[in-house]
Amino acid sequence: MRLRIVAAALLLAAASLQAQSQVTFDRILHADREPQNWLSYSGTPMNQRYSGLTQITPANVKNLQLQWIWQARSLEKFEATPLVIDGVMYTVEAPNNIVALDAASGRPFWTFNYTPAPEGRPCCGRVNRGVAILGDTLYMATIDAHLLAVDAKSGQKVWDLVVAKAADRYSMTASPLIVKDKVIVGVGGGDGPIRGFIVAYDAKTGKELWKFNTIPGPGEPGNETWAGESWKTGGVGVWNAGAYDPDTNMIFFGTGNPAPDWDGSARLGDNLYSDSVVALDADSGQLKWHYQFTPHDELDYDSTQVPVLADIQFQGRARKVMLWANRNGVMYVLDRTTGEFLKGKPYVKANWLDGFDAKGRPNRVKFPSKEGTLIYPHVHGGTNWAPPSFSPRTGLFYVASWENSGTTAIEGQFPKAATANNRQTAMGQTNLVPFFNDDTEPFGVVRGFDPQTLEKKWEFKMSDITWGGTMVTASDLVFSGGRDGYFLALDGKTGQLLWKAPVGGQINAGAMSYSVNGKQYVAIAAGSALFAYALP
Amino acid sequence: MRKIILTLAIFMAALAGSAVRTPVYAQHETAADLVDGERAFRQTCANCHGPDGDQIQGIDLGRGRFRRPMTDADLVRIIRTGIPNTPMPATQMTEEQASKIVAYLRSRAATVGAASVVGDAARGKTLFDSKGACASCHRVNGSGSRVGPDLSAVGATRGAAELQRALIDPNADVQPQNRFYRVTLKDGTTVEGRLLGHDTFNVQLLDNKEQLRSFSKADLRDATFIPSPMPSYKTTLSAQELADVVSYLSSLRNR
Repeated sequence: MRLRIVAAALLLAAASLQAQSQVTFDRILHADREPQNWLSYSGTPMNQRYSGLTQITPANVKNLQLQWIWQARSLEKFEATPLVIDGVMYTVEAPNNIVALDAASGRPFWTFNYTPAPEGRPCCGRVNRGVAILGDTLYMATIDAHLLAVDAKSGQKVWDLVVAKAADRYSMTASPLIVKDKVIVGVGGGDGPIRGFIVAYDAKTGKELWKFNTIPGPGEPGNETWAGESWKTGGVGVWNAGAYDPDTNMIFFGTGNPAPDWDGSARLGDNLYSDSVVALDADSGQLKWHYQFTPHDELDYDSTQVPVLADIQFQGRARKVMLWANRNGVMYVLDRTTGEFLKGKPYVKANWLDGFDAKGRPNRVKFPSKEGTLIYPHVHGGTNWAPPSFSPRTGLFYVASWENSGTTAIEGQFPKAATANNRQTAMGQTNLVPFFNDDTEPFGVVRGFDPQTLEKKWEFKMSDITWGGTMVTASDLVFSGGRDGYFLALDGKTGQLLWKAPVGGQINAGAMSYSVNGKQYVAIAAGSALFAYALP
Repeated sequence: MRKIILTLAIFMAALAGSAVRTPVYAQHETAADLVDGERAFRQTCANCHGPDGDQIQGIDLGRGRFRRPMTDADLVRIIRTGIPNTPMPATQMTEEQASKIVAYLRSRAATVGAASVVGDAARGKTLFDSKGACASCHRVNGSGSRVGPDLSAVGATRGAAELQRALIDPNADVQPQNRFYRVTLKDGTTVEGRLLGHDTFNVQLLDNKEQLRSFSKADLRDATFIPSPMPSYKTTLSAQELADVVSYLSSLRNR
C-alpha cells in the first residue's frame, strides 16, 4: 500500500514537472526519440512531418475534442507551425511577435513584440512560418529581413541583426534551419530585383559565418546562365524551410523564381540556381550539387517547397532520397547524396514538359506567346509552400495540392487564368469565402503517393484549393485542410475521411502533434487562431 | 541615534531645495497624494523635464534644484500659470493637483538627498556580480537568472531614486509584472516564482528554477501572492556601495 502511495506521488511529481531542458542540436537531430516534443518546423531536419505519437488512432480519432483556442492579435494569415518543448509551445503572431503558450491549456506565458520597419513588405502577406530553437534561444526571421534571437524562458530579446535591407525589397518569412551551432536562413523578395542568398550565423553571437549567393557572380560557374547584367537583379529568393542530412553534413534549400517573373527576354539562359534545390556543405556554405527543376522559368514556379528527406528502398536498393512535389506540377525523387535525378512525373495536370533527358533536364514544350498559351499548372502551382509529409510506416508521401489549375501565359505579362473564373486559385486568406469553381476548374486534393512509382495510392478531394500542408502520425493518420476551413483526419493507408472539424477560417499551415503529461494533442492554425485537439 | 541623524539629514536635504520653504500645501500630503503627484508629473511634466526631472539645463526637479529659490507656493503657481516667454506652459490643473506634484517633487528630493553620494558604475558592477549577488535573480545582457526582472535596460526606464528605493525597500513598489506568487499542490508541494499571469482557472509562473510552469487552479490547495524575494540592501551595502550599484544600474540602457 505504502509502495503504491509512493509510486503515485512520484507519478504526480513527474506529471506536474515536465522540466524544460536545453534544446541541444543532438535533440533536434534525433527529435524522433522524444515524440512528445516538436523541435523544428517539420519535426526533424529530415522534414518528414511525421509524429511518433500513437494515442490518437484511426479507431478513436472521431472522438477528438477541441481543448483550447489561442486567438492571434493579427488579421494576417496564420502560416506558422508551432514548436513544443517540454510542455511549452512557441509560435508566431503575424507578422513578427513570438508567443509562448502552455501547450496543455493554451494560456500565454509571455509575448515578445516586434514591430517590423514599414519597408518590410513581402509580396504575398505579412506572414511568418515559425521560429526555430537552439539551447534556450528562439530564432525568428522577420519580414523586414532581420534575424532575431529571443530568450525562450523570458521572451527578452538577445540580439537583432539585419540580414538584408528591407528597403531593397528583401524580406524573410521562413522558419530558420538550425545546424550544430549555426542558424541558417534565406532571404525572400525574389519577385523583385534582389539577388538572393542563404546565410549562416553563429547562434550565440550572431556573427556571419558564411554566405551563399543563389545567383553566381562573374567568374563563378553558372553566371553564364544569365544574359548580360541580369544576374545582379535576378531574384532567386529562398523563403521556405531547409533540410539537413547528418550523414553528408549537407543542407538543402529550395530556391525561388528568377526575376522579372514573366519576362525572360532580358535574362536569357537557364538562370541558375533559380527554381532549384541547392545542396550546400553545412560548415562552409560551399555548393555540393544542385538540381534545377524549371530552367529559365517564366511562370513563377518557385521551387521553395520544403525538402523532404527519406531513406527508402528504391528500384530494389536502399537509397537516401529527397522527395519533392514542386510548384511546377512535377514530383521528383532525387538521390540526396549526389543530386542524381532518379525519377520525375507530373502529380497534377502539367503540360509544360513532355519528359526528361537522361540527366533529368525537363523537355519544355509550352512557352508564353503573344496570343497566349494555355499552360498547366497555374502560376500558383500544383502546390506551393505548404509542408508535405512522409511516413516511414506506410512509405507514402502525402501532399496537399490542387488539380486542374491552368494559366494563359502571354509574353511579358502577368498570366491570366485559364478559365472564366480568374480567382480560381486565389491566395490564402484568413476568412472563409464563397467558392464557385466547377469540376473542370481547380479543386483541392490530399493525395498519398508511392515514391517508387510516383503513382497516387489514394486521394481525398476537397472543394476549394489548399494552402495547408499535411502531417502524418505513427498511427497512420494524416491531418490536413485547406481554404474551405475544415481540419481533416484521413486514414493514411486509404485516404478515408475519419474526422473533420470546422475551424471557421482558412487553413494556411501544416498541422503538428505533441503530448503533455501523456496526452496527445494535434494543433492546427486556421484563420487568425491556433486550435488544439485531443481525446476526451 | 543613527536613525535620528538620518532623519535630520533627510530634513536638511529637503530644506536645501529652497531658501525659504513654506510647506503650506505639502505638509498634509498622504502617500496617495504622492502617488497622484508622481502620476501627474509623469503625464504632464516629464515630457519636457524628463522622467527624473533633470533634462532641462540648470533645473533638477528631482533633487530640488531650480534656477532660483522656490517656495511651494511659487512652484504651484508656475505649474498652473506657466512662465511667460519661456517654453513652460500654463496647465489646467487645480491648486490641489499642482500641490500634489510639488509634494511629490519635495519627497523625491528628500529621498535623493539622503543618498546623494556620487556612485561609481564600475564599482557598482563588481558589487552587482559579487557582494550583492544580484545575478542570482536578475539578468543583464544575457547573463544571470531570469527569475527576477531583466535589468538590461533598467537605467532607461527607472530613475536613480526609484532604483535606490528598490534596493533599500524592495517591496515598496513592485511593478505588477514582477509580482511573486506561490502555488501549493494538493500533495503539499509548493512552487514559487514570478507570476506571468493568472485567470479564473489557470496560473502561469516562471518558477525559481527558471521553468515556465502552468497550473490548473483546480489542482491546487492554495495560490497566493508572496512578497518579493529580493532582500533589502539597506544594511548589507554601505551608502557608497548603494550609490555605486545605483550608478551601475542607471548605466544599463541596452536595447
